[in-house]
Amino acid sequence: MVRNQDRYGSTLFFILTLIPIILLVGISAALVVKTLPLLREHSLLELLGGTTWKPMKGLFGFLPFIASTFWVTILAVLIAVPPCILTAIYLAEYANKTVRSIMKPILDLLAAIPSVIYGVWGMLVIVPWVQNKVIPFAKSFPNGFPLLVSDNPTGFSMLAGSIVLAVMVAPFIIAVTNEVMVAVPVGIKQASLALGATRWETIKRVVIPSTLPGLLASVVLGFSRALGETMAVLMVVGNVVQMPRSILDAAYPLPALIANNYGEMMSIPMYDAALMGAALILLVIILILNVASTLILRRLMGRVRRAW
Amino acid sequence: MSNWHFRRKHVAESIAKFFMLLSFLIVAASLISILWTILSKGLPSLSWSMISQTPKGGYYLGKEGGILNAIIGSLLLAVGGTIIALLISLPITLYLETYIAKTKWARYVRLTMDILWGIPSIVYGAFGFTLMLSLGLRASLLGGIVVLALLEIPILTRAMDEVLRLMPDELKHASYALGASKLQTAVRVIIRQMMPGIVTASLLAFGRGIGDAASVLFTAGYTDRIPTSLSSPTASLPLAIFFQLGTPYPEVQNRAYASALILTLIVLVISLGSRLLSARLSRFINK
Repeated sequence: MVRNQDRYGSTLFFILTLIPIILLVGISAALVVKTLPLLREHSLLELLGGTTWKPMKGLFGFLPFIASTFWVTILAVLIAVPPCILTAIYLAEYANKTVRSIMKPILDLLAAIPSVIYGVWGMLVIVPWVQNKVIPFAKSFPNGFPLLVSDNPTGFSMLAGSIVLAVMVAPFIIAVTNEVMVAVPVGIKQASLALGATRWETIKRVVIPSTLPGLLASVVLGFSRALGETMAVLMVVGNVVQMPRSILDAAYPLPALIANNYGEMMSIPMYDAALMGAALILLVIILILNVASTLILRRLMGRVRRAW
Repeated sequence: MSNWHFRRKHVAESIAKFFMLLSFLIVAASLISILWTILSKGLPSLSWSMISQTPKGGYYLGKEGGILNAIIGSLLLAVGGTIIALLISLPITLYLETYIAKTKWARYVRLTMDILWGIPSIVYGAFGFTLMLSLGLRASLLGGIVVLALLEIPILTRAMDEVLRLMPDELKHASYALGASKLQTAVRVIIRQMMPGIVTASLLAFGRGIGDAASVLFTAGYTDRIPTSLSSPTASLPLAIFFQLGTPYPEVQNRAYASALILTLIVLVISLGSRLLSARLSRFINK
């Protein structure tokens, strides 16, 4: 009887585990099928390399959106990573129990706050700051400061989007980094301290090298989360179709393109295919990132273990 | 070693420590800034009618009404989505742990979950939308619930899987030794043992569901009425905030801030509640 129960249980459970796999295949397949009409009329190069977006005229160049997505995301990660890693080191190596017990709920709350709330905060705090402080500062250089030259009159810009994104991904990066740091065996840290190294030297020479794969994983995790973030970015980034030249320019990332145009996409031919194409590009980038990071991680893990 | 050498080491130590503390303060300050901004902007416009009435005619021009439709809509969407997601992910987690613990198949399922977890909600929304179009469905409560459930399955599975990994194997072995089947072990022993984990994971997923705008934008739609059936379109709080902010009227924008405060409060209560609950529930399990 027990054996029968196990057999039926096993079959039933097995079917359930197919759900996530069917879901992943289904999402990819549905987006590919929906994008096909577009691919039949335009070459892939034309779509990915084109800079003109005029759905009414049947021109669908995705490059401005792809460029915006990468600019905003990379900038956000650049802003987020240094303070996040330092915070994680502080929490793992220096902070006492009280500080840790304060920080844990702070990170949980930051992670729990919905995207749209970050967007509201960005509109009320970051966008005015960019408009009133950063843009006048950039204009004060007579020859123009590299990457800061812009004729954008508002604060709705890539910089604003990146700052909001950086705060959004911070809890993820800190949590993962901290976990990795805590997992370093106490013995090797003590060995380094016993040899006369200061705490910072121990962190620099022992903790960071041994946690490098984990650090990389946390950064990639943050990067791919930031890549698909929709609402918060959409609200502060300006949504202008153009090839961004400066971090003070407005941009139009892929998720914002999809979210902003779903209402009208039925009335223009090929528009729905183009928007599903945008979702497909996003999905492909994220899948590549996920797979690549897993492979790199395995490699690095191997190297570090051998170094022990 | 020279005195100078020692001094340099300690200067480096102090500089490093200074930057770490600074980073720590920056992170803490951003949370305070967000909460303070939402509170100070939202509180003046928050009123009883905001949370007890649906939008009346001309609401988006600054006339009477509230966002009860969005509050109820969001709760229905998130509760429905979380229940369906839990019904699917709990058996998957148990199966991963009891039946196929360390096999290749378990690795594939976990990898798929990780990938699904990384897919942004706007892609789930677009997928749900095409699916509903091909089935001839319009934006509805059911559509929103299903897409939220899909979005929450990987969140729930990963969170519960983490809890199970910490569970001692001896418990399982003791149950098998008493002649229990894997199914009995899963249902009677493991579920009980992971109860706190299930509760916190569900609340985490619920919080993610109630705050997600990009997935319900296409699938649940928006309406000023409280949904009466699974097929009626359903408003949600994140979209209520977004649409009210989009109007040119300051009165309506102020209500958007008040709506943002309501959503933030709901999420904070869930987040704090899950902490307290898991602490209380963990008394009932064997360590």
